[in-house]
Amino acid sequence: MREFPGTTGLVFNEPLLWEKAKKGRCGMSLPRRDVDPAPLDDDLAGDAPDFPDLSEVDVVRHYTRLSQWNFAVDLGMYPLGSCTMKYNPKINEKLAAIPGFAGAHPLLPVEIAQGALRLMFELERFLTEITGLDAVSLQPAAGAQGELAGMLMIHAFHKSKGSHRTKIIVPDTAHGTNPASAALCGYVPVKVRSNDQGILSPEAVAAVTDEETAGIMITNPNTLGLFEENISQIARIVHEKGGLVYCDGANMNAVMGIVDAKKMGVDIQHLNLHKTFSTPHGAGGPGSGPVCVTEQLARFLPVPRIVQRNGQYAFSEEYPESIGKLHAFYGNFGVMIKAYSYILTMGPQLKRVSELAVLNANYVKEKLKSVLHLPHDRPCMHECVFSDRFQKDHKITTLDMVKRLMDYGFHPPTIYFPLVVEGAIMIEPTETESKEDLDLFIDAFKAVAKEAEQAPELLRQAPGRCKVKRLDETSAARHPCLSG
Amino acid sequence: MRYLPHTPEDVASMLSDIGADAIEDLFSAIPPDCRRDEDLRLPEPLTEWELNGRIASMARQAATSPDYRVYMGAGSYEHYVPASVSHLLGRSEFSTAYTPYQPEMGQGTLQAIYEYQTLTARLLGMEVANASLYDGASALAEAILMAIRITHRKRIALSRAVHPLYRRVVRTYLEPGGYAVTELPYREDGRTDLARLSDSDDLAAVAVQSPNFFGCIEDLKTAADKAHEANALFVTCFSEPLAYCLLKSPGSQGADIACGEGQSFGIAPSFGGPGLGMFACKMKYVRNMPGRLVGQAVDADGRRGFVLTLATREQHIRREKATSNICTNNSLCALAAAMFMASAGSTGMRELACLNRDKAEYLKNRLAGAGFRMAFPSPTFNEFVVEFPPGFDAGYKRLLERKIVAGLPLGRYYPELQGRYLLCVTETKSRTDLDALISEIMR
Repeated sequence: MREFPGTTGLVFNEPLLWEKAKKGRCGMSLPRRDVDPAPLDDDLAGDAPDFPDLSEVDVVRHYTRLSQWNFAVDLGMYPLGSCTMKYNPKINEKLAAIPGFAGAHPLLPVEIAQGALRLMFELERFLTEITGLDAVSLQPAAGAQGELAGMLMIHAFHKSKGSHRTKIIVPDTAHGTNPASAALCGYVPVKVRSNDQGILSPEAVAAVTDEETAGIMITNPNTLGLFEENISQIARIVHEKGGLVYCDGANMNAVMGIVDAKKMGVDIQHLNLHKTFSTPHGAGGPGSGPVCVTEQLARFLPVPRIVQRNGQYAFSEEYPESIGKLHAFYGNFGVMIKAYSYILTMGPQLKRVSELAVLNANYVKEKLKSVLHLPHDRPCMHECVFSDRFQKDHKITTLDMVKRLMDYGFHPPTIYFPLVVEGAIMIEPTETESKEDLDLFIDAFKAVAKEAEQAPELLRQAPGRCKVKRLDETSAARHPCLSG
Repeated sequence: MRYLPHTPEDVASMLSDIGADAIEDLFSAIPPDCRRDEDLRLPEPLTEWELNGRIASMARQAATSPDYRVYMGAGSYEHYVPASVSHLLGRSEFSTAYTPYQPEMGQGTLQAIYEYQTLTARLLGMEVANASLYDGASALAEAILMAIRITHRKRIALSRAVHPLYRRVVRTYLEPGGYAVTELPYREDGRTDLARLSDSDDLAAVAVQSPNFFGCIEDLKTAADKAHEANALFVTCFSEPLAYCLLKSPGSQGADIACGEGQSFGIAPSFGGPGLGMFACKMKYVRNMPGRLVGQAVDADGRRGFVLTLATREQHIRREKATSNICTNNSLCALAAAMFMASAGSTGMRELACLNRDKAEYLKNRLAGAGFRMAFPSPTFNEFVVEFPPGFDAGYKRLLERKIVAGLPLGRYYPELQGRYLLCVTETKSRTDLDALISEIMR
């Protein structure tokens, strides 16, 4: 058997920036002063900011040491469910840093920004092809802003018909951002339960759908990693009452080249370029959450829209029913470059991406179900959800198990989500993990499960090999210390 | 395909372990009426060589430094990014990590963001800053929503001298809630006219920008006092945070919430995004704050560490009652800003800010000396509005041909300011550049 990747090694302590500073140092080359000072009046001028002074070496060592305390996709398998932590190709980073793009001012006259507009225009076309929908706005800066754009468009749609609806149906398996986005638009989220198969039944949706229903937010595949098989019928039920169907596309990595959103009855869908389309997550962003719609809703998309006229690209504001703007400029263009580069690298092989993502998840599911409780034992999509039920007898929780998994050199899966599974362990391997790496992960989890029986204290004390031991999050929240 | 490691043997052996005959079997739950009719119609895969060529040729169709001299700010600024910052930011331990939900494996990001929060709070003179929002515009919208939550009032006053694109984002966020926005006009001196505030008693917030969209430095103290007299929260935003390395901080002038765009600090313009939504407030409002927060904690051995905290404000716990729907933010950009602030330090940031102001003043004085009128007399930082004579449109185009972008024409955003141009000068322009700009304009 191969060795597990987790081990110990020399890592370095590193204080906070201001604990290592010394007044009078500077780590930045400043331009030559070639003009006279023009001091400000005393009533406007303040003191210099209270920042630490450090040399360039101080700064470089500081952040290099900090970086070594992080786990990352480039270090190993990162199977966070619903986060799609696939490999982030390096060519994408290089292309996004090309000075012609990285240095471009957003308000340049469009004649001298044609390359940037063309890239966005083509990316929009690619995303319509991949979803099966008709029009796209790349403006939302992340998935949750894509959801907000979707809710605002639903609001605008009903307003255009002279009606004001009050409710949005949100399944109990939804991401927390869904009800929050609906509430931001003034809607009351109405919860609908998934059935014993882990999916929505048409009857349950019909029971809560009425003339006050503005729409439904449905994640497909859902957060149990299951395909919502009844989606077409559910869409018909909602449409018959005049509502719209919003699909949270966070889990698109399972179904590229396989499903057609429009045929499923979806009116609006957002995508996460930082999940499905390989752009790095940056330890919490920047992401990009384009929103795709059917033809009938295109007039509500955020402005400006990119249009092509006589072979030239331009921005157009001529959409009076648009929901308006969500971002000062056009969204996270730097992220779009990486997704564009990825799509051009993969082409129609994106379907193979989804096939292998689903293969990997099913493989992990099959191999781990002997040691972890599997609430829904049926073929899954890109992720599978276990629980800690088998470990309860040993008073071991999901949290204990995943903290121990760190010592073996793997990032934990998503835990305690979805809420419908108690002690949930949500594993999304993604397509870029090889069989050998999956096998190691499986062996590690099996070893942890065995330790849960034989040496449970080891799990309760875990992790033991990280820079810090288990952190006390409860007292951190009770006595918040948010700056130094 | 180099990103897909599976050999045909791997696939066969995995399928056999799963008990399936073919990958297609794993998709059997998807009904025919949900499936695509045909394969993806996308261009055939490009090699790395082809991709390099294609994107490089597209990037050449954008006007950027050093080919062009761009005197445009208006929310996106050209500042020099030190090689050390770009290098450190490229470390994939930072860029290829997820949000640090498991703190023991994300201490690097967590400490760095804690430091970012601290430096941001110090810069703005505020008690607490969050881990970032998307950009300056959505940060302002979130600040106003936060003020509405705190005061339970439904009307806000927003200065017309706030960035016009920020104001449009605010309107988008406020529209479905039925909140009313009163726009405060600007005075002849370029500052916000606060006169009408005195007769308001139902305002959630008064929001201004300083330096404002015209580059003018607002009298924040007076604005804060007026807002507080009306029992409203005072929200102040910015598009150029470097100004606060020279100006009195928003906190010292009475701001309840200070927010804005942080792109100036080590982040490339990148055609407008990603930027950095900086967001800070008084500690007493922290539980109403949107976005993530990093806090100090101790581990089982009593050693210092850092965690995401106060998550009970957030959507994964509170769902529809959350303070915001924001989840993924702009963490890597916050890291860039922290690296930038740490590299320059107190001394360097002050000198950088002075250089921006001094160079902008140099150009302003040269233009005035050449007979051009400044639209507003109020003091400015690194941007100002100049009035060019009627018919300058043609001159602007001629300068474009000479690879000079002579600022932003304001007529599109303020019809009454036709013929006025917003110019920006940062440390990236030398005196020689500025002299050349003057002589090109005078030609």
